[in-house]
Amino acid sequence: MRHTISVLVDNKPGVLARIAGLFSGRGFNIECLSVNETLDPTMSQMTLVTRGDDQLIEQIMKQLNKLIDIIKVIDLETSDYVGREMALIKVNVDEARRSEVLSIADIFRGKVVDISPHYYTIEVTGDEDKIKAIIELFKPLGIKEIARTGKAALQRESKERKT
Amino acid sequence: MKMKGAQIFLESLIREQVKVIFGYPGGSVLDVYNYLYESKLQHILVRHEQAAVHAADGYARATGDVGVCLVTSGPGATNTVTGIATAYMDSIPIVVFTGQVPTMLIGNDAFQEADIVGITRPCTKHNYLVREVKEIAATIKEAFYIARSGRPGPVLVDLPKDVLRESAVFHYPEQLTMRSYRPTYKGNKRQIVRAMEEIAQAKKPVIIAGGGVILSNASKELTSFARKLSIPVTATLMGLGGFPATDPLSLGMLGMHGTYCANMAVTSCDLLIAIGCRFDDRATGDVNRFAPAAKIIHLDIDPTSISKNIKVDIPIVGDVKEILKDCLAIASEQKVSKEPHDEWLREIEDWKKTHTLNYKQTDTIKPQFVIEKLHELTKGDCIISTEVGQNQMWTAQFFTFDKPRTLLTSGGLGTMGYGFPAAIGAQVAFPHKTVIDIAGDGSIQMNIQELATAVQYQLPVKIAILNNHSLGMVRQWQELFYQKRYSHSTFAAHPDFVKLAEAYGAVGLRATKPEEVVPVIKKALATPRTVVMEFVVESEEGVYPIVPAGAPINEMILL
Repeated sequence: MRHTISVLVDNKPGVLARIAGLFSGRGFNIECLSVNETLDPTMSQMTLVTRGDDQLIEQIMKQLNKLIDIIKVIDLETSDYVGREMALIKVNVDEARRSEVLSIADIFRGKVVDISPHYYTIEVTGDEDKIKAIIELFKPLGIKEIARTGKAALQRESKERKT
Repeated sequence: MKMKGAQIFLESLIREQVKVIFGYPGGSVLDVYNYLYESKLQHILVRHEQAAVHAADGYARATGDVGVCLVTSGPGATNTVTGIATAYMDSIPIVVFTGQVPTMLIGNDAFQEADIVGITRPCTKHNYLVREVKEIAATIKEAFYIARSGRPGPVLVDLPKDVLRESAVFHYPEQLTMRSYRPTYKGNKRQIVRAMEEIAQAKKPVIIAGGGVILSNASKELTSFARKLSIPVTATLMGLGGFPATDPLSLGMLGMHGTYCANMAVTSCDLLIAIGCRFDDRATGDVNRFAPAAKIIHLDIDPTSISKNIKVDIPIVGDVKEILKDCLAIASEQKVSKEPHDEWLREIEDWKKTHTLNYKQTDTIKPQFVIEKLHELTKGDCIISTEVGQNQMWTAQFFTFDKPRTLLTSGGLGTMGYGFPAAIGAQVAFPHKTVIDIAGDGSIQMNIQELATAVQYQLPVKIAILNNHSLGMVRQWQELFYQKRYSHSTFAAHPDFVKLAEAYGAVGLRATKPEEVVPVIKKALATPRTVVMEFVVESEEGVYPIVPAGAPINEMILL
């Protein structure tokens, strides 16, 4: 099962390397990762997505917690959370398909952020399923390039924790 | 008052009550060595940086204090890696200080530059690159705290040359605040109660004592606990000495080369109480057929050890000494019947009698015989280190360890070349104790240069080389599992170990017949100098029992 794990770390050099090294050294898999400064500049927030059975996820959580620079680890799968990522998609637009591209972007509440005679770059934000869906729709039209951010995720407030 | 970084460094070590540094100088740490020249800190000059780390590690294992070493940048630093990984696998508290090229040169491929912080990230508990002189003191404080607290381990501190040369006001922090590191010491009360309920109901309980018992100084508590509740105790390699091997409840070591009764008891038990062990594959064999009928209680300070290899029913995270104290408190309130596990203990007694550890005496020297005699002639009152391989396993089997911190051995990493420098470290800590490295002819040559160190500091370390002219454990595996194809496991050339000892200024002794063993050991023990004893032993001798890799531990090949 996929798990989104939120990791609060000391904002120190080498922390990302420690986490990356932990995952590679122990054969854990990182599917996506984002790192940002928090309001407190001495801390960084990482959000990573990994995959594994319960025992493996438990081990990943414990191993992360064990790293000295890590302040807090939350498996967001145990509670409700909001997760979003952003994608920039450069789509092929020949004369006939321009409106099709625009209407797909519109349906997904995407924005055209760059235009050239042959390509539109669409910015779209959403959860993984939404990003996946828009990419699938653009594929037949011809995607030149994609750039995606990692996932940013926060626990929802005032919701009971799942048991 | 302002001090140079190098002075701050040494002053910080003194504040941490460091008494001895194992080290080797070089360009990047010249400033430290310049002040060390007039320091009250003892410095042991080794002959290879790997040995400095093993010696600090041996010092730490023997004393329970943090071992310290100091080396230069680049090759000095990279030479420490095996030593650090050895300490990491066995959770030994050491702090390794490495010199580094000046900060402005870092990343430039400067002379003797190595990214040692990057290299050692996966084999240290934590590591640091100190970027400013004013950070030195606080970093050292943190490094020692991390090394010795929680599950102990090695910490590396990388010190660039310019940082050591700059000046700052020395201030050693009294208090430490780390928001991201707070080890758990007290076990969860409810879990402890649950565990004690299970223990009260168990018909066939067994305790596995791991290295955590030694690290947390919990031998006394474990011994009272096991005796009070009449629970038999087996030990992992790292746990030997944590429970007296002469106690009737002791089963000896479990696992690949464990005793018949320990492996049978663990396989048949209905409750397994694992104390400070991490279920290494050498101890468990096939995990799917390990203690198949047992509920498992696991006491460990490191949450990652729990349910990593073996699914645990009742985990208790905390310092095993603290947890055992709480368990004892509950046990003393409970009514314990006098013979609660009589039937079980009789079954165990039968296993003990069916297959004892043994060997066949012939007219060549048997290595097991040498180890028995070492135990007999020292009355066990000594510190033993081992190398890795057959010498290590025979020591674990035939030397009866009654006290903690008397066996120094590389269990997790299995580092050949560990034993001799570790013995040097222990001898530095205890100049008047008998310290013996039980070695093989292969392993001893991996750090034999340290004879010069031992002689220079007049350390009366004894080395017992069990010379079978081969890499015995490799040879044994080839015999059993590789159709006797002895590929590169025998040595066609060896130095004359007696002459070699003499060349270094040590004493060399040799025994080639069984009747020479006792006189050689007696002479060595009576000689207050570094002594190399060479025992020319049966080269085809194997370590038995042996559990083939991947088999369950009750499927032993017995002698």
